[in-house]
Amino acid sequence: MGLLQPLKGDTGGQIMLAVLALIAILVPILNLLVPEGNPLHVSTFTVTLLGKYLTYALLAVAVDLVWGYLGILSLGHGAFFALGGYAMGMYLMRQIGDRGVYGDPLLPDFMVFLDWQQLPWFWQGFDQFWYAALMILLVPGLLAFVFGWLAFRSRVTGVYLSIITQALTYALMLAFFRNEMGFGGNNGLTDFKDLLGFDLQADGTRIGLFLASALALALGYWACRWVVTSKLGRVAVAVRDAESRVRFIGYRVDRVKLAIWTFSAVLAGVAGALYVPQVGIINPGEFSPLNSIELVVWVAIGGRATLYGAVIGAVLVNYGKTVFTGAFPEAWLFVLGGLFVLVTVFLPAGIAGLLKTLRRRRAQPETIQREATT
Amino acid sequence: MSPMSRFVFGGSGPALAMALGFLLLLMTATGAADNQPIDPASGSAAKLTASSVAESSMPGPVADAGADVANDIAASAAPEPAKNLMAEAEASEPDLDPETGSEPDLTATFDERVSELTETSFKVKEAAAQAIADSGDARAIPLLKALLAGDLYYRTADDRVVYVAPAGSRGWALTDALSGEALGEVGRRDVRKITVNNRMRGALRTAIAALTLASPDPALRLRAAREMVGSDDPSVISAVRGQLAAEDDRQVTEVLALVVAIADLKQPDSDSRLAAIEVLHGNLYPQARNALNALLESEQDPEVLAATKAALDAIDRKRQLNSSIETLFFGLSLGSVLVLAAIGLAITFGVMGVINMAHGELIMIGAYTTYLVQQAMPGLTDWSLLVAVPAAFLVSGAFGVAIERTVIRFLYGRPLETLLATFGISLILQQLVRTTISAQNVVVQNPSWMSGSLQLNPGLALTYNRLYILLFALIVFALLLLVLKRTALGLQVRAVSQNRAMARAMGVHSARVDALTFGLGAGIAGVAGVALSQLTNVGPNMGQAYIIDSFMVVVFGGVGNLWGTLVAGMTLGVANKLMEPWAGAVLAKILVLVFIILFIQKRPRGLFPQRGRAAAD
Repeated sequence: MGLLQPLKGDTGGQIMLAVLALIAILVPILNLLVPEGNPLHVSTFTVTLLGKYLTYALLAVAVDLVWGYLGILSLGHGAFFALGGYAMGMYLMRQIGDRGVYGDPLLPDFMVFLDWQQLPWFWQGFDQFWYAALMILLVPGLLAFVFGWLAFRSRVTGVYLSIITQALTYALMLAFFRNEMGFGGNNGLTDFKDLLGFDLQADGTRIGLFLASALALALGYWACRWVVTSKLGRVAVAVRDAESRVRFIGYRVDRVKLAIWTFSAVLAGVAGALYVPQVGIINPGEFSPLNSIELVVWVAIGGRATLYGAVIGAVLVNYGKTVFTGAFPEAWLFVLGGLFVLVTVFLPAGIAGLLKTLRRRRAQPETIQREATT
Repeated sequence: MSPMSRFVFGGSGPALAMALGFLLLLMTATGAADNQPIDPASGSAAKLTASSVAESSMPGPVADAGADVANDIAASAAPEPAKNLMAEAEASEPDLDPETGSEPDLTATFDERVSELTETSFKVKEAAAQAIADSGDARAIPLLKALLAGDLYYRTADDRVVYVAPAGSRGWALTDALSGEALGEVGRRDVRKITVNNRMRGALRTAIAALTLASPDPALRLRAAREMVGSDDPSVISAVRGQLAAEDDRQVTEVLALVVAIADLKQPDSDSRLAAIEVLHGNLYPQARNALNALLESEQDPEVLAATKAALDAIDRKRQLNSSIETLFFGLSLGSVLVLAAIGLAITFGVMGVINMAHGELIMIGAYTTYLVQQAMPGLTDWSLLVAVPAAFLVSGAFGVAIERTVIRFLYGRPLETLLATFGISLILQQLVRTTISAQNVVVQNPSWMSGSLQLNPGLALTYNRLYILLFALIVFALLLLVLKRTALGLQVRAVSQNRAMARAMGVHSARVDALTFGLGAGIAGVAGVALSQLTNVGPNMGQAYIIDSFMVVVFGGVGNLWGTLVAGMTLGVANKLMEPWAGAVLAKILVLVFIILFIQKRPRGLFPQRGRAAAD
């Protein structure tokens, strides 16, 4: 039972994982085995959509880990997500081989278009999946490590830290927009054909990606629980609540922060890598600071410092986005904006906090307490 | 946490800023007055001058000269000489025409001479043109210029001399050359061009040059002379030589000497060329540089060659200086935009500890207010900005107060959550503008006094809109400092931000102060929107472009410090523009962002950190 230790006492997380497992079993069956005319059939489009939500959920969990348990409001987690996505995108681009529009066996289309003669050094090796996989972990991790090492050592905190994470993702967005960077500029990377030899358009591959996302989310969730229930996690919460005191007791606050921060960035990178083959494109827009703010909002809506709340928030907001932008495109921003305002003002603990309150009210009607999460 | 702030102002800070602001205001005000007649859009001003001179009871020639001034200004300021010439002639001549008065003989002769132009004999035409030039009539210059450019026609039906302008697909719109009266549209066959030969062209050029150079107004002579810089027409040069001997105005002499010197570079004897090079030494007119460069190619005499090189070096040094000044100006201009956008944020973020993500949208609302004000007062574009500034302040300020009262007041002490709530508000405001006005960008007019540029020297011009916005930013900054330092509201704002409980104990109505402070910050965002509407596109998304930059400026300068915001904005603006020539605009911006990230590591509280207990969260 050692493996389940981190989930002990985490009712919300257990329910969430159970639902996730259920979906992961049901969706492939309903997609592959139930015929298309049947009302229970789940279309491949829906499968991909669900897979996308799951990668968002993993990203939200990563954000909640640093925001909820470490007190760092990152406005730049979208950057790690996008970097992971770009690493995957580069692998997928190399897989196209000579099937591109220009048919160049080595160079991706956009490089031929820009009249480049040879593959830039940083594109070398991306034809191997193991190398790409390594980069998916390493690139966001390394960036987070260097950035965090600089920032935490100098004791940049609070609003200042938030703003410079925003500057980081903004600078990366501007950089990736440049054609000279060698990442496809404005258009990004797209027109992918296959992954590990499987056709990306095939239903089976889509199901596979969906399952991989579900698995990644479950593992990521478990890992985050493991971190927060460990001794490191306890110190992190102490850092969140009284940084100076923890430092005076003798803990190396910057190292605690750096470890969790880097781990969170790696998770975000994995989420990005799973996101790209499902949506079929990665472009610099993913670095946009607004994206990063939006994903912080998912966490806020779901409930900060609960981890499972982040999953709820990410899935609900994105589902709402899909429904509303289809049905009432005009109203979506009003709804989303209104939701942000209402949740922050009236539901500071988010949906998870609301659920907790309801449960407690049912259990002990006389002692209603709202857990302080800030 | 609550980044409550203490304003750490230098002792003489506000006074200094005010003095600077007024000084600059004074400078541009006089600059604008000087410039007005030159402005392309102010043909009407010239017209006014002309008619008032004409109406005064001065004797004929002087009145004519006045009209002459008007015409020539109109003509020389026209971007497309031939076409605008006619338009201006049309506009100004009716004013002059009513009985040029005391000399009916002259008028008659002039008309006769003009009708002689329709003759076929070039000899007759040349004599007529000469007579027209000698007449001193106000209409002579536009007429001769049109003749030279081949824009003067006559109507085959009655031999009336007319200006033509294309109208419709086939037809031409006619304007009587003498009375300026519009004669309606005709087909191309109904008019015939008054042709000139080469001999006549030479004579016409000389006559026109001499006519303009002979004008009694030195400013006008200066403009005429400037137009001739680089001319290699011998008739023009000889006219210039003639005028140079008689000229008594220093500036005009300089330009005339330049015209002659450029022509003299082609003289056969080395001494004349040397003398000419001496004149051109360090001259900033591009024509002078081109002529010297051309000489560098063809020159044989080593002495002249050396002098040419020296002269070119001097020019290049000055050009270098010019481009440095220009870069600095562009940098300060960008900086002023950053300061304008950030200064409202410095209040809400710095003083109140509220991370207002809707700040950009408040700027946008200010810009849209400008648009709506212009819609409400059509035809008064020149005045609309004066109305728009207070209107935008009030509208954005009202939005700010509403936001504070309905949302933010529940979130004090939770700065990171204000970020989320105000981000929601920013989405709502964007969508509000999209639904109520338009999802497309709207067109905001620039008033005429903001177009044009201040010509500091032949190679350096500063555009007025940027100059005004720079000035405007400084004024807004000075006023804001004044409000915070010298008014009761400012005192209360500072008191509440330093110690809310104590301020309340002293009887400060803190809720009211919060609302007013947020309203002030929002109102300033609106005022910034008015300025930005003159520089960039106005659309629902415009706010997002500024929000990140604004935060960078505030954080770089040090939260809670207005002077920090000013210094940070200007520094970032200038740094950006300094790097742009070699790094490109995007890379320059990236480098600035990286610089801020690294700078914050070194100085985690910005350029001018708060001191004392308030800084310790």
